[in-house]
Amino acid sequence: MTHPPLLSVSGLRVGYRISRTETFRAVHGVDFDIAAGELVSLVGESGSGKSTTAHAVLGLLGERARVEGGSIRFDGAELTRLGDKQWRAIRGARIGFVPQDPAVSLNPTRRIGEQIAQAITLHKGRVPKDALRQRVIDLLAKVGIDRPELRSRQYPHQLSGGMRQRALIATALANDPELIIADEPTSALDVTIQKQILDHIDALRRELGIAILLITHDLGVAGDRSDRIVVLESGRVVESGAPEQILAAPSAAYTRKLLAAVPQVSSGRLVWADGVVREREPGAALPRTREDSAILVATGLRKAFRDSGSGGDVQAVDDVSIAVPRGGTLGMVGESGSGKSTLARIVTRLTDPDAGRVEFDGRDVTALRGKRLRELRRHVQLVYQNPFASLDPRFTIGRTLTEPLRAFGIGDRPARARRVAELLDLVGLPASFAERKPAEMSGGQRQRVAIARALASEPSLVVLDEAVSALDVSVQAQILELLVRVQAELGVSYIFISHDLAVIRQVSDDIVVMRRGRLVEAGTADRVYTTPAVDYTRALLAAVPGGRHPHPRKVLS
Amino acid sequence: MTALLVKSSDSAPEIAPQADAPARRAHDSLWRAVLRQPGLVLSFAVIALVIAWAFVPEVFASQDPINGVPAERLSAPSAEHWFGTDNLGRDTYARVVHGSALTLQATLVAVLVGIVVGAGVGLIAGFVRGLVEDWLMRVIEVMLAVPGLLLSLAVVTALGFGTINVAIAVGIANIASFARVMRSETLKIGALPYIEASKASGSHWSYTLFAHVLPNARGPVLALTALEFGTAILSVSALSFLGFGAQPPTPEWGALVSGGRDYLATAWWMTTFPGLVIAAVVLSANRIARFLEDR
Repeated sequence: MTHPPLLSVSGLRVGYRISRTETFRAVHGVDFDIAAGELVSLVGESGSGKSTTAHAVLGLLGERARVEGGSIRFDGAELTRLGDKQWRAIRGARIGFVPQDPAVSLNPTRRIGEQIAQAITLHKGRVPKDALRQRVIDLLAKVGIDRPELRSRQYPHQLSGGMRQRALIATALANDPELIIADEPTSALDVTIQKQILDHIDALRRELGIAILLITHDLGVAGDRSDRIVVLESGRVVESGAPEQILAAPSAAYTRKLLAAVPQVSSGRLVWADGVVREREPGAALPRTREDSAILVATGLRKAFRDSGSGGDVQAVDDVSIAVPRGGTLGMVGESGSGKSTLARIVTRLTDPDAGRVEFDGRDVTALRGKRLRELRRHVQLVYQNPFASLDPRFTIGRTLTEPLRAFGIGDRPARARRVAELLDLVGLPASFAERKPAEMSGGQRQRVAIARALASEPSLVVLDEAVSALDVSVQAQILELLVRVQAELGVSYIFISHDLAVIRQVSDDIVVMRRGRLVEAGTADRVYTTPAVDYTRALLAAVPGGRHPHPRKVLS
Repeated sequence: MTALLVKSSDSAPEIAPQADAPARRAHDSLWRAVLRQPGLVLSFAVIALVIAWAFVPEVFASQDPINGVPAERLSAPSAEHWFGTDNLGRDTYARVVHGSALTLQATLVAVLVGIVVGAGVGLIAGFVRGLVEDWLMRVIEVMLAVPGLLLSLAVVTALGFGTINVAIAVGIANIASFARVMRSETLKIGALPYIEASKASGSHWSYTLFAHVLPNARGPVLALTALEFGTAILSVSALSFLGFGAQPPTPEWGALVSGGRDYLATAWWMTTFPGLVIAAVVLSANRIARFLEDR
């Protein structure tokens, strides 16, 4: 490269102050360069230091973190020694930022247009009103928001998540920056919206020549979009290079581990055989736990919610019928708002349907009440999406796992203690974890506990509502393997709900695709993934990232 | 990334990147947690001292709290009279020490009435929802609409005079604020997935309520308790001042402060020292409540 890079980070070290004497080094000597118009991805798991690096480049480390060494040069100027006032001239003007969560990154009490206009006036001072308005509308149009004039007068809650993220991108673009830092810009969005947003970022880059630093945990996204990928592990760069090279021939063990964990739409269902989890060969026999009968049959389910905005009813579940194979898995795919969580709550009898019938094990359970409903809960269990909220922070793990045993009067005190140890062993946690509280555990460990709790009463059906969506890709792979192994050992049936087609592919025998409360497609997983019958399923499949550089998947241990 | 800062001592492979973060044991003994914070130690000491005053006042103050020495009236603080003397020549320190029993009793009763009834109403309203909530909260709103002191006056007129009746009256006036805080906390906790998870685990609703909702909702209520503790002392004294509670010459903290008010210009110590004792007790209670909330 003949001309110097736009942004050059070298030997960056960042420490967080934990107490008066201790510091925790989050970033140990990270180096990378971004040239004008280039898209570089920082990839790593939670705790790898990728967000810390991004915040250091933005000068937004906060009170507790400090750059301890190294340099960040932007267009020839050193950023690490800037004062607040100098930072303000750069941040938002020459370096734009797109935050992770569009739901909380906009001020709910101000109109979209005002918020974008503020980003402009902060740097440009007074701008004539008409020119400002025109600029805001142009920006909104540029990021692909329909009817920009109307949208600029709306409040954040009137916009969908994807649209809010576009509005945030418009804010980042407001002062024609040379570099945009996007911290997991699409992690909170549906796969089809994610594709649109990423396509748009790509287009803007080509059109305007803006350099982009993309922070992501998703190697698929990074592979599809980047000129260069930088892989971080524990605050160190373990590998960097072109996406073809990183994805096809990774040199670092960590990259290989990350790659192996990325679920692939093209792979087959995982099966447990001879002590290892592997992909099922195409055409091979179905796992032996699966039987032909159905454990749960739901017919004609309907559920409407009152919409507080319009006053009308929203049909969350509209005439849906499903059947869960005994000992097998029914995968349920859909985007947010498709009604899949409502359906999960209906079949677990946490919500009552407006119409329809739920049969469990050949028995109509739609109208069970009181004691008999509690008895049903012994057989149908639920695992939630967010392992940080589904465990009582005041309960030790042992107490959490004992709760269902106590509720169903299973065993006496010593027997329950033994069962807790057994359950922890089943989900791959040491027995000493019974003494811990949720705050002392990682997300993956908590989700294992949530699964153990669901299995405590030996249910025949477990409903997993986005049970791996909040986890890092490698932890996600471990949990999926755990689920497959548990199914093989205990013969439990699953309803596996996810917005991620690749994840669903790994565990499901049958698939249903939901959209706006309706079931648009149902069939065996092999059939739905190879020959989707409806356009919507095709669109979902096409939107899955990681298509540009497919990599061979190995057998996991 | 905040996840970085989650201190943990896990050994499982999935969080290996964090393994070098310093591990903190949650099994830290209560004592070590307390002793590391000098302010907290002091708070416990203050409360312990005041409780000791309440039970054995003679040990701490040898002078007579009721019968003064007229010759020594309105004398400034000295080695003999730490807090000075009042207009009747009584030792203010002795009156503070001897008054602590009655004051503590009255405030405890007032706060207990408020917390038990108020938090109970709030918990039921927030957990049961529906019509029950509507009715309970409408009643609470009516109580809020009446000024606290006026409500207490009405109640104490109905109950009759006496310190305990005054305390009950003050407690009833406190019910509304406890009920509202408890209800909002219960609503917040009740919407969390672990409450539904408990229900889905087959637990009886009463177990979910008392094992999950109540312990997690109590934090802000405890904090409010410390605040109410302070206002209760003042409300009880206000009613005493109006003649409903402790009758002269019985020593009571609030009565001491209001009695000294007439001599503020000449004998500042008559209001200042009892006032400082009240402030110290309220602040200590506040600090301890915060400590309990964090645990």
